[in-house]
Amino acid sequence: MLEIFPLVVFLPLVGFLFNGFLKGRIPHRMAGAIGTLAVFIPFLITLGAFNEFRPMERTAPHLVSVFDWIVIGNFKSSFGFQIDQLSLYMTLIITGIGSLIHLYSMGYMKGNTSYNRFFAYLNLFIFCMLNLVLSDNLVLTFLGWEGVGLSSYLLIGFDYDKSSAAEAGMKAFILNRIGDVGFILGTGFLFWFGGSLQYLELQTNLNGLGEFANYANIVALFFFVAAMGKSAQIPLYVWLPDAMAGPTPVSALIHAATMVTAGVFLIVRLNFVFLLAPETSLFIACIGATTALFAATIGILQNDIKKILAYSTVSQLGFMFLAMGSMSYVAGLFHLMTHAFFKALLFLGAGSVIHALHHEQNIKNMGGLFGKIKITSFTFLLGTLAIAGFFPFSGFFSKDLILEKAYTYGSYGTILWTMGIVAAFFTSFYMFRLVFVVFFGKDNTDSHHKIHESPWTMTFPLVVLAIGAVSVGFLQTPHFFLHIDTLERYFAPVLSKGYELASLKGSLAEHKSLVHDVELSLAAFSVAIATIGLILAYFLYQRKGNPIVEEHTGFRKILFHKYYIDEIYDFVIVRPFLFLSKGIAFFFDTKILDRFFLNIGLSFGVIAGGLRRLQSGFIGDYALYVVIGTFCILVYLLARGV
Amino acid sequence: MNPIINGIPVSYILGLAGILFSIGVLGVLIRRNIVIIFMSVELILNSVNLVFVTFSKALSHISGETVVFFVMAIAAAEAAVGLALVIAIFRHKKSTNVDELQSMKW
Repeated sequence: MLEIFPLVVFLPLVGFLFNGFLKGRIPHRMAGAIGTLAVFIPFLITLGAFNEFRPMERTAPHLVSVFDWIVIGNFKSSFGFQIDQLSLYMTLIITGIGSLIHLYSMGYMKGNTSYNRFFAYLNLFIFCMLNLVLSDNLVLTFLGWEGVGLSSYLLIGFDYDKSSAAEAGMKAFILNRIGDVGFILGTGFLFWFGGSLQYLELQTNLNGLGEFANYANIVALFFFVAAMGKSAQIPLYVWLPDAMAGPTPVSALIHAATMVTAGVFLIVRLNFVFLLAPETSLFIACIGATTALFAATIGILQNDIKKILAYSTVSQLGFMFLAMGSMSYVAGLFHLMTHAFFKALLFLGAGSVIHALHHEQNIKNMGGLFGKIKITSFTFLLGTLAIAGFFPFSGFFSKDLILEKAYTYGSYGTILWTMGIVAAFFTSFYMFRLVFVVFFGKDNTDSHHKIHESPWTMTFPLVVLAIGAVSVGFLQTPHFFLHIDTLERYFAPVLSKGYELASLKGSLAEHKSLVHDVELSLAAFSVAIATIGLILAYFLYQRKGNPIVEEHTGFRKILFHKYYIDEIYDFVIVRPFLFLSKGIAFFFDTKILDRFFLNIGLSFGVIAGGLRRLQSGFIGDYALYVVIGTFCILVYLLARGV
Repeated sequence: MNPIINGIPVSYILGLAGILFSIGVLGVLIRRNIVIIFMSVELILNSVNLVFVTFSKALSHISGETVVFFVMAIAAAEAAVGLALVIAIFRHKKSTNVDELQSMKW
């Protein structure tokens, strides 16, 4: 399967072109089937390649060069793929969960007039994302990086006749562009120091470069800014909650499973840079912990079912970056996968609820759905247990690994861990608030509509994702429970070179080894915290007569308005920018620039108007000019002395 | 260079040529009759011919006189075309006054 591996990338492209060009000419059912197959077949190929690659034994990556793309002097960038443990892992998640989401979309988008366009965009998105993770050089990664930005813009603004959707699309696009500046600068720096943009060559070229070590922090910071944009970290997170304006499968695909994890992927891919940059890593950990906590608190009082999940995603991404900053890349990647499962499940479950209630998204108008839509509510509950971190669901293992690594990270470990555990408490609380209000509370639904379970195309992915959300945690477990370290061994070849470099320079993060009792008590503590969140949510939203009407006073008002961050951005950045633009457009442009250039034109008019008087038509006048001209020339020549 | 030709100093002849030239220019500038203007132009050309001949003699070099033949030939041609034009314009305008002939301007 390795020899036909490029098909993994090109099949989604073919799907995009097919559906894109024939969108008006093929029936919906066919477009959906082709769109889904264009992702599912690559999934099968990747599975085969995974088998053939033997990731647990092989250490060197498998390189596939398709064609040379850009060749200028000694700069070369090829359209080539690097198949190793990391890219296979990402590809499996993208194509696996991606094809489930495609299948789900076939049911969810049924009856939508732009059905075929939707599938074309989805395939384009998958194509770009696969380029991003499979590329063997930074240029092609950047192509994918920009490509997912574009596709997310297209998908978020899918219902472009709604102004909110169109604006959300633009917001995502622009905030991502801000981050991408970091990517370009970082790429430039790496080329300057490493003389190449291919990951493998960079890895060898930067080996033993004393000079680069001094700049590693800056380069890492640039790439982190890029990751901030894609992975919605403070301060560039505001696009993700708004991006919920897109159709629900889009939210599941882009904002849970794939695109937002690109930042995490990038950091792991460039681990040999980040491992040399301890200060930047600490900064990343702080940003990650802050984001996790901050977004979790916002999630508490939101009423839009998808917005709650969106803030939850931001918060969980914060956890991943906490792991990245703590230089425990395995923990971050582990959480990336478990999160992909349970968050895709939750989003799709929310979509199923929305579908059942005829596009109702406000949880105040829901309630008592448990039992009415059995599969949806049961799988949603499993997803909630996973994200809240209950033993032995997947979220427990991955989140605990992150918290443990944060706890042992340098001298700030305890602070980071505390922020993480508080965020975990809020996560449990808002997720169970959602569950109690939507599935168990008083029925506030509009009873005119009959509530029905979704078709099999939608419930089947839910079931598969639920199985994943429950079970994938067993890939990596702590010492006191089974002590499985599959992932750590799996990722060792990808990270070994970086660790080697870092230990040479002496910047490797000190992870104090934990006594097993401490590890056990940390885990017990986090389960206890999650349980308290559950019980608190139960008392507030179930026992006390379902106080859906929440008063928004004092701090709760600030929370409800998401700390007014959008308003602050609007006030601090957008308005001054608009003011400046208007100033330039209406004052500088019209009053100064336009006047300047208009006057140049006018002055030629005036000069010409004066000159045309010389052209009188009288022969005598012309003769006089000749004489005067000759006289002047003579005077000049005489004065100069011939 | 021989400053005296047949007992007449070169400067005298050049002075005469200058006077003839100035008269010609003045004629072109101030006369209104197009035929007179033509005659003034001939005067200008002849004053220049005189200078050519003078220097040709003074320097004992034939090239000046050669140029004079060319000038005379061109002048004859110009006069022929010019007079034809004058006749055509006169037929059209019933006038030879140049001040009335300004309709060709832009």
